[in-house]
Amino acid sequence: MPSDLPQNDPWRGLRRSTPARIGLGRAGDALPLEAVLDFQLAHARARDAVHTPLDLAALADGLEGLDHVSVRSQAADRGTYLRRPDLGRRLDPACAVDLPAGGWDAVFVLADGLSAKAVQLHAVPLLRSVLVKLPGWRIAPVVLASQARVALGDDIGGALGATLCAMLIGERPGLSVADSLGVYLTYGPRTGRRDSERNCISNIHPSGGLTYEMAATKLAWLMTEARQRRLTGVDLKDDAAILPAAAEPKAIEG
Amino acid sequence: MGRYASDFRGERHVFRDLAELLAKASPRRSGDELAGLAAESDAQRVAARAVLADLPLTRFLEEPLIPYEEDEVTRLIHDSHDAAAFAPVRHLTVGGLRDWLLSYDATPGVLAALAPGLTPEMVAAVSKLMRNQDLISVASRCRVTTAFRSTIGLPGRLSTRLQPNHPTDDLRGIAAATLDGLLYGTGDAVIGINPATDSVPNCIALLEMLDGLRERHDIPTQTCVLTHVTNAIRIMERGAPVDLVFQSIAGTEAANRGFGVDLAVLREAREAALALKRGTVGQDVMYFETGQGAALSADAHHGLDQQTVETRAYAVARAFSPLLVNTVVGFIGPEYLYDGKQIIRAGLEDHCCAKLLGVPMGVDVCYTNHAEADQDDMDTLMTLLAVAGTSFIITVPGADDVMLNYQSGSFHDALYLRSVLGRRATPEFEAWLERMDMTDRVGRIRQFAPQEGAMRRLLSGQDESLAL
Repeated sequence: MPSDLPQNDPWRGLRRSTPARIGLGRAGDALPLEAVLDFQLAHARARDAVHTPLDLAALADGLEGLDHVSVRSQAADRGTYLRRPDLGRRLDPACAVDLPAGGWDAVFVLADGLSAKAVQLHAVPLLRSVLVKLPGWRIAPVVLASQARVALGDDIGGALGATLCAMLIGERPGLSVADSLGVYLTYGPRTGRRDSERNCISNIHPSGGLTYEMAATKLAWLMTEARQRRLTGVDLKDDAAILPAAAEPKAIEG
Repeated sequence: MGRYASDFRGERHVFRDLAELLAKASPRRSGDELAGLAAESDAQRVAARAVLADLPLTRFLEEPLIPYEEDEVTRLIHDSHDAAAFAPVRHLTVGGLRDWLLSYDATPGVLAALAPGLTPEMVAAVSKLMRNQDLISVASRCRVTTAFRSTIGLPGRLSTRLQPNHPTDDLRGIAAATLDGLLYGTGDAVIGINPATDSVPNCIALLEMLDGLRERHDIPTQTCVLTHVTNAIRIMERGAPVDLVFQSIAGTEAANRGFGVDLAVLREAREAALALKRGTVGQDVMYFETGQGAALSADAHHGLDQQTVETRAYAVARAFSPLLVNTVVGFIGPEYLYDGKQIIRAGLEDHCCAKLLGVPMGVDVCYTNHAEADQDDMDTLMTLLAVAGTSFIITVPGADDVMLNYQSGSFHDALYLRSVLGRRATPEFEAWLERMDMTDRVGRIRQFAPQEGAMRRLLSGQDESLAL
């Protein structure tokens, strides 16, 4: 509607009920320029989130006091990563030597996925929130993974001999949120695990998504249950109704 | 299985079997590269097309790409093939069919009569010999008309699905997006929600809200909540107002199993929906979505290239007389269609192949944020598809689907296409728009001031549910 009549804008109340771009008005058949530019900025931010490389040094600074190693998948660059999800799921063999095999209860992998920005902003605070809820756990050095899909955690967890792998990974950016973090938990990580053998906590971000504290509570509960019951996946999810409600997980990325 | 070889312009090329020949003849796309099926060079691709061009169409009847015994989609294709309808082109090669389809002999009436005589594999094969303009030219001659409360696919018409999705299925938010779309004259193909939560009670709540809104304003369209077909059956058992049964389908039995369906359950759901007799001008009760890459992502493609296996899904669709079918062409991601060029090509292929088979194809002109595509590519594709006569496109507020996190068409896009190409909504919906005083003297959707009639009428009666 004409923007010079804000007091008469019937969409004002309705906009509170949906994040959808309703009541944008028209320039003839077309969108008003302001709406076009808003959209272009949102798309640009989403694309930047997909294509900006993970800043490993900055991430490592945030991990002060925690052992960590960096690895990469077999996808050599972003173009290959986007075209070949199979390569993003496999560890570059040259990196395996940096993963110390041991009797770890769990490994946390911070992975770029489709939004390095999400990992850059939210992975370390979430990790620190969950670590304090896991006293007595033998936690492997934190693994920072580039050009990574979810299943790369299977190769990493397998090399470390970890009982559980928690993959904190950037989700596919939307126009409204470009920095949403997801967590995928896998019991007995090893190459070839199916997606139905994982549990997912999705939609962790500050723009109306799960808070770090909520996500950490949920993850610590899942990790504790998974260790006791020696499984993750659909069978574990059945008991998760006691957890705070979250948005439905999106399709697993990769 | 024979071997296929050519000495094409001095180079020797050998293809192992029909599946490999089709794959190598396909225009380049990331999904075939991911599957290891794509041509190894551009020259090999053209050589494959030359071999394909000389292949008799009857070869596709003799040599199923997936064995008859192994796959119910193959059985469906071969058992339902209409030899009499096929007779006029029986003597042709694939290349001969391409030329004939582009000839002045291939009129809408002739193509409609031919459809039951064509198999998906023949259609996929000929599309690989067609440039984009050929795909548009041939599709524009195909007439596929279907009906429920509105009649979709008539000449000169372009319909739209109004897709008012919401990240948490908030009824008020969905109603708001629906009203927004109606004020742009969209929704004549269907008002269809992808639910965020796929539970039966939630879907019933959404259906009842949409049906109430449709009845209150006497809108000649149909509503749909796009939940799994087995949910739809349970929802109908509970007496909820189901107009259309939705299901995603693919081109192999194994890929359909990955979606949790087979032909029997689709038949069961269709019969249940027909028994409700909710249509007024027709009883086409099914709505299907398809998309290149679906079979490969389920590892159920049997070594077929993604466009050929996609076309087989249209044989599944046409067996159930659907009201609507659409390919979700850019939704599945860059590992299948990398960029705008590949998405545009695939959209035109899917539309043309479906129409040749007699399927009422619309297109979700769309892309994700990790594909190399943007609004300019979508403008190009939707314009080409409207010229080609697509049955409908999908529209969401401002092109931004806030639930599925991808970009589809906008309500404004529908206005643009209807204006520049003179395309109109379904006759039933057009009459409703006039009754609602929403169109101007030349049939364009008027721009409303907030106090105005149509706006007030649509928003009034919403006071309780929307708490305006």
